[in-house]
Amino acid sequence: MMTNLQLTTDRSAARADRIFLASLWTAVGIFAATMLGVFAQLVHSSWQSIVTFGFRFLVTSTWNPVTGQFGALPMIYGTVVSSFIAILFASVIGIASATYLAEFAPRRIAQPLASLVELLAAVPSVVYGLWGLFVVVPIFRTYIDPVLQARLGFLPIFSGPIYGVGLLTAGVVLGIMILPTVSAISRDVIAAVGREQREAGMALGSTKWETTWRIVLPAARAGIFGACVLALGRAIGETIATTMIIGNKATIAASLFSPSYTLSSVIANEFTEATSDVYISALIELGLLLFFLSFIVNGFARLLVNSVFSKSEGR
Amino acid sequence: MSAPNLREPSKHKAVRYAWSAVGVGFTLLCIILAAGALLAILGYVAAQGISSVNWAFVTELPRPVGITGGGVANGIVGSLIIVGIATLIAIPIGVLTGVYLALFGRGIFAETLRLLSDVLAGLPSIAIGLFAYTLFVAPFKQFSAFSASIAFAIIMLPLIIRTSEEAIRSVPRTVREAGFALGLSRYATTMKIVVPAARGAILTAILLGIARVTGETAPLLFTAFGSQFWELNPLHPMAELSLQVFTYAISPYDDWHRQAWAGALLLTVAVFIINLMARFALSLGKR
Repeated sequence: MMTNLQLTTDRSAARADRIFLASLWTAVGIFAATMLGVFAQLVHSSWQSIVTFGFRFLVTSTWNPVTGQFGALPMIYGTVVSSFIAILFASVIGIASATYLAEFAPRRIAQPLASLVELLAAVPSVVYGLWGLFVVVPIFRTYIDPVLQARLGFLPIFSGPIYGVGLLTAGVVLGIMILPTVSAISRDVIAAVGREQREAGMALGSTKWETTWRIVLPAARAGIFGACVLALGRAIGETIATTMIIGNKATIAASLFSPSYTLSSVIANEFTEATSDVYISALIELGLLLFFLSFIVNGFARLLVNSVFSKSEGR
Repeated sequence: MSAPNLREPSKHKAVRYAWSAVGVGFTLLCIILAAGALLAILGYVAAQGISSVNWAFVTELPRPVGITGGGVANGIVGSLIIVGIATLIAIPIGVLTGVYLALFGRGIFAETLRLLSDVLAGLPSIAIGLFAYTLFVAPFKQFSAFSASIAFAIIMLPLIIRTSEEAIRSVPRTVREAGFALGLSRYATTMKIVVPAARGAILTAILLGIARVTGETAPLLFTAFGSQFWELNPLHPMAELSLQVFTYAISPYDDWHRQAWAGALLLTVAVFIINLMARFALSLGKR
């Protein structure tokens, strides 16, 4: 491999270096400009909506393209609730899976099982949507939703008509989609807990479960929490699968069975049909909201996850 | 927590071990559910799609609504073009930014770049699609495959940047110093010794980036837009496989649903193969 290297004269080497550095800086410049550009462009394009509706955009719930009234509250509600269901579902199953993989699994099956779960992240979002629409929605409509309503129908969240599509179904499918994020990072974080802590637990006579539950998981909790927040960020931004399953109706209803709308699915559904400038501008402002939401959520998650790894490296 | 029962240690112990088994069993149940979800999705897509995947499906154009048959050939070619251009854009910018961060990446500017890259990695793809729309579609009043490629390139960038940086950092310092000691320029040392030594991991990052955007649909809705025809000009609206799956899936026609499953199968298999290649590339690099 090294044979094609030739010693260069000082001058041409200096020139090659200059060009090299210049290309590095160009690449860095393009990248930085793109990042700032995304933000600036979203603000610029949604300016009309920001000026027209101001703060009302965030707190009113009328979304009417015909009259030109745009309030994003139903979409904010739909995004928050569906993501919350998703993270509830994904955190329980994801953390438990990660715990099994990191603590209990026989070494021979741990890696293949982990790969299977990680492959969930590779399935295209439109495939989740298709599967959700034709498999999960009918299952919820015929089996799960009626049972929930029969048993727990006195709760407002399980009342009202059942459509199959809606917040609950979308939340569960989203939960499956973000499961690998929770489980892969949690597994790394749990594995990073010091061996001596486990041994100390076992030496005191704890069972495997007690060691895990009382010592290992508490030691890893910041990182696990970070993994969940990161997964939450993914759920908030997920578009295609949600659009196919959530029912696409801009209302706020107490029932989890009711169709809803998310920030991203409104954009996906209505953008190419938006006719007036203010309509387009309002849709882009939804994109800007998504930008801020994911910025805050991801920044927070990174802090948490990084704090765990820098601590375990520093030891 | 109750005080330990010292008089009946054996019974207490049995209870504790039973709880331990319940706890371990619960985690086992969860991993079975998680892995089972993957197998259920894959199995269902394969079962529904396999009967419709044939030569005609991959070589024919879509037929108009109501006429049975037809294929997604233009979508497959469109995916290749859109993802191909995106990759060509993302590789130089991503790898060179990674090189910069690995070799000169100290100080507040580099930290800001890393933060930006992390933030970008978490940005919803649809927001990036909006950006590409406002920059490359709205001014020209024309949907285009190129604008989709820009969106895809931006989605791929953070992955390529951070992985390249880590791969280059992991090349031992002594290797780089050996290059300098031979009198090689910074350029030659970096591009002919350090980067080639890290090529396995960089290739993995690029392949994972390709896999990620191949399964991506949301930004295409208002960039590539889709097309019923053969369209090879990147400045025009173009068909794309995942977009076709989406359109067919939410349509009311049974024949389109059938084709959506077939397209989903093709898409899933393609993404999995690229993922496998990425793992293989990583093992190449380690040798």
